[in-house]
Parts: sequence; C-alpha cells; structure tokens
Amino acid sequence: MASQVELIDTLAGLALFADLSRPQLEAVAHTFEEEYFADGQRILRQGFSGSNLYVIVSGQAAVHVDGTQRATLARGDVFGEISVLLGEPPAADVVAMGPLRCLALPGPEVEGFLLTYPRVSYRMLQAEARRVRTANLWR
Amino acid sequence: MALKKATKRRKPFPPGRYPVVIIGSGPGGLQTSYALRRLGVEHAVLSADAGPGGMFLRFPLFQRLISWSKPYAPAARGTRPYAWYDWNSLLADDRAHQALVPEFMDGSSYFPSRGEMARGLTTFARRARLAARYGCRWEATRKTGDGFTLVTSDGEYTCRALVVAVGMAEPWKPDVPGLDLVPHYVRTRAPRTYADQRVVILGKRNSGFEVADALLPWARQIILLSPRPALLSIQSRSTAGVRARYLLPYEDHALGGGVVALDAATNRVERTGAGYRVFAAGTTRPGEFVFDADAVIAATGFTTPLGDLRALGLATFNQDRLPALTPFWESTTVPGIFFAGTVTQGAIGLKKHGIPSNSGGVGGFRHNARVLAGYLAEKHFAITTPRPTVRAAEVVPYLLSEVARAPELWNQRSYLARVLSVDPREGIRDEGIVPLAHFVDAGGPDAAAIVLETDQAGDHHPAVYVRRSGRVTEHVLSSDPLHNFETPEHHAQLTALLNGLL
Repeated sequence: MASQVELIDTLAGLALFADLSRPQLEAVAHTFEEEYFADGQRILRQGFSGSNLYVIVSGQAAVHVDGTQRATLARGDVFGEISVLLGEPPAADVVAMGPLRCLALPGPEVEGFLLTYPRVSYRMLQAEARRVRTANLWR
Repeated sequence: MALKKATKRRKPFPPGRYPVVIIGSGPGGLQTSYALRRLGVEHAVLSADAGPGGMFLRFPLFQRLISWSKPYAPAARGTRPYAWYDWNSLLADDRAHQALVPEFMDGSSYFPSRGEMARGLTTFARRARLAARYGCRWEATRKTGDGFTLVTSDGEYTCRALVVAVGMAEPWKPDVPGLDLVPHYVRTRAPRTYADQRVVILGKRNSGFEVADALLPWARQIILLSPRPALLSIQSRSTAGVRARYLLPYEDHALGGGVVALDAATNRVERTGAGYRVFAAGTTRPGEFVFDADAVIAATGFTTPLGDLRALGLATFNQDRLPALTPFWESTTVPGIFFAGTVTQGAIGLKKHGIPSNSGGVGGFRHNARVLAGYLAEKHFAITTPRPTVRAAEVVPYLLSEVARAPELWNQRSYLARVLSVDPREGIRDEGIVPLAHFVDAGGPDAAAIVLETDQAGDHHPAVYVRRSGRVTEHVLSSDPLHNFETPEHHAQLTALLNGLL
C-alpha cells in the first residue's frame, strides 16, 4: 500500500466500511494494521487461541478445515470475527493464496471498535446473515 | 593528505567479495556481527555513520529511553535471566561483554539516558572488537547469479547473503496537504523555545507524548491530534502502546488542564504569518476543528531507508514502511536479503491476543539477531549449531525453567520458542530458540515448543505447542500471579501433555 490516501480510498471501497465518513475511515486506517502474507502463509490457525480479526484488502485466501479446502476469501471479506466474538479458537485455517494484504484488528480491540462504529457492526451482521442464508458457514 | 591516506588504508573490510555483508552499525548490526563471528561466518560490516550506536547517536530527542535496564533485579547481572531485566544491553557469551548498559547508568532512572545507551553500545563494540567500515555509504544494490552486489561510496561489495540493519529512523509523514510545511519530530527544538506557545502535536504515540511531556513546563497549551484514541501500554499490555513514563500529558488532559488529546484527522495545515492553522475533523466523535498554533510538530513516525531494494522486488507493507519478512527475517520476495534490528518487525509472528512482537526494540531484536545468525550459518554455510541431547527426565523441568526465566521467551512473547525435537535414533534434542511461526507452520519431526503468552485478561502463562506426525496442537498452561511456572501443577500438566512424545 503506497500511501495513506490510497489506503483510505481502498477502505472506502470495502462494503464493511461503506457507511463511514472520511474522518472515520482515517481512524480505521490508524486502528487496523496493514499486514502482508506471502503465498502459503497461515493467517488464522485452527485450534489456536488468541486470534485477531482480518479484512482482506487485496489478494485471496483459502479456508481449510482439517486440511480440506472449504472456501475461498477475497477482497472485502472479513475473517476471524467468529472466534473473536465467541472467544473460541478458530475452527479453520486461513491460508494466503498468493500475495495477500489484510487489515488486522487485535482481538481485544474488536468489541470497543464495533461499539464505536455501529454501522460497521451492522454491515458485519449482514455479512454473517448472508453466510447463514447460503449455508456457506465454514466454521 | 598523507595521514588521510594512511587512515583510509587501515579501514577494515575493503571492497571485495564476502560471504555476508551487514549494512548498519546500530544495535541490530552489532548483535548480528557478534553472533555471526561466534559461529565462524565471515562477514563485512558497512556503516554510513562515523561510529557504532545507530539511532542512539541521535534519538530519543529528550535523552532517555523507554526500555528498562534495572541495576538491581531478581536475577544476578551476568546471568542469562538478567537480560530480561536489562533490555538495552546486547547479548554476549563472554562476561566482559554482557550487561554493559547498566555499567554506565548513574542511578537517576532505570531507563538509560541516550548517552548511557550509546556508551554501552560503543563499549560493546570496543570490548568485543567488532569492526565496521565506518563512513561507507550504501548507494545501490544489484542481484547477481548467487547473491548481491552492493555499490558503496568506497567501492563494490559482493555477497551471498545481505543483512540490512539500517534501523527505522527516517522521518515519515502521511500525505496530508500542508504537512510538508511542518517540522517533523526529529526537528523539535529545545523545549524552552516553545515558552508560552500554543503547540499542536500531530500524533498520539510514544514520540508525540515524548514531545508533549518535554513541553509541559513550557508550552501555554498542547493539543495532541490523531485519528485514533491513544493506546496505552498498560492497556495493550505491550510496548506498542504509549509508555507510562510519558503519561503526564495524558493525565493533564484527563483532568482538564492545558493539554487536549483529541481524536481527529488532520485535513490540512496552512501557514499564518509566523504560525500555523490546522484543520481537523473528529473521528470517534464528529466535529470540525480549526486550531491556530504558534508551532506544529509532526510526530507521525518513521520509515525504513530501504534504498533501491524495492526495485529488486522487495515486498513491503505498513504503508510501504516495513519489508514483508519470513519468520527468519528474510524478504518473502527477494531470497537472500535478510533484516536485523528494529526492521525485524516485518516478521509479524502470531500476534496472539493482539500482542505484537517486541522486535521494534533492542530488548526483542537482539534475540532475533542471534537466531538469524544461526539460521544463516546453517542455511548458507553448512555450519551447524550444536543440538545437545536432553535426557527424558530433564525435559519437563527444563522447559518449565525456560518459560519461567528465559529472556528470549519473556522479551518475545508468543514469538520466540524453546524447542525440543525427537529423533527416533538420537533421542531428544535441544533445537534452541526458534521463531514460533516457523515451528507451527513449517512442519518437521515430532517436537514440543514452549513460549510465554499473555492473554486478554493480562495474565502471563506458558503455552506449549506439540507437533505429532506433522500436526501441531496448542496447549495453554495455568498462569501464576508470581510467575512461578515450576509448580507441581505445571509439572503435572506438562508431563501429561508430552506423554508418549518425548
């Protein structure tokens, strides 16, 4: 990610943050940390406690349960939220498929963040509802 | 002229071919050089500076570090566990080279002054006879068939492996209109020159609070401005937050004094005669703000002077400020380029419970440098680190004593692990200190790794990662309020976990 302006433009284009004002997007850019994962690198690890929440900014990731690929995640997708919200270890591995850029929010900061930005919570709830509806629940 | 020529002739590491070249003579470069030499890996150290010390020749501005070196501690000076109580000294095997920073501290604080830190580093380099080619500026890099060619102010160097230890001390500002008019933190003037001034500080991390703390007795009003609320170390339970010693301005803000800490994004900055006008918009609470200030200081952080490495394909992140690294601090996209020092933050690790590595500070990255040296020696030069055998009866007490006292594990929580492996023929082997991310993701023989972790409630406890038939499972042992992990309960828990493995 070359600059802060580009990062904020990218955030504005993600459904999760679509309702936020420009200053709020700046706060998001400062609250989440940008992380880069090389092809094959694990981001979430099945059964490991203390994981964090991620939003994909660019690239793709595979969801593996017990070594079997169950889903593919792409730009704008959120992962790690279920284990953070429930305080349980993830039920899947998430592995980078090629170069992957994510925004990461430490697990302990998620509750405060969602309460500060209820529109983000609502968008996340919509995404979860879609997953339930399509029975594409990989957890 | 004759004297100058003679001096030049005596400079070590003339241009030529070396197995490894290290760029930088700060603590990261010095620690890597020391560790490589102990392993017998020939290398050159090049530095643009005039002497050892790196960023501590210049920063922190207001003279004192934010990492402790405790003259009196639960562990005796000169022992391995003491390093946890002395985050600033480099690591050494020889007692004469160990725990040097406390030797120079005058007792007025357990945070060394910059001068005390610089003396510790200089003395380390001198006593350990660590040579560097000072005044040699790295100018360009080319990839060659089996390594790299570096163009420097003194000539060309070729190497198989390059270790970049150039720190992260290049001033960085976000691209906000008018911010180019504002001096960066590094150009903050003497505090008394801000007497009776209204000062806007852009940034609510350590450097912002450091400046605010220094200006408290002088400035008429201080406004700390950044988009997100200040994250304090006592909340984040890591050194990533604002350290307690800079909290006076925050307390002043909380009590409604002359300091205001505001969550707002700066839209633009304008000059107004001798002063500035800062336009900002509220983030956690909406609102438009306009501040007229006598002075503005951009405490907006630093970046890594990566030279032309991006042109070789070096992937970066964190708004292009850090290289993306493997668990052994090698570029994920340009194999053969390694990093030491504070830039090793580029290997993120597991970041369990949101707690980052401590690789940004000397306390953490000095351990990384030792691990890196061992990895380089094995991978590129077939120099194997001894892996002593461990008797089965010693395994549990050994692992528990490590998690109770090993400075590598305490300085690098959930990041560096003590690893024991099982070889069917040779028995149990001590694999040494290994990055946890490598252990859990890279596969290998049956083995166990122990680390120190801090959970969401702030409790420290041992965590054990057990690899059986290639699959790694995580097991969190009990915490203890006095950090005693060698109780019968811990012994029983770990024995049960390792049953049938070791």
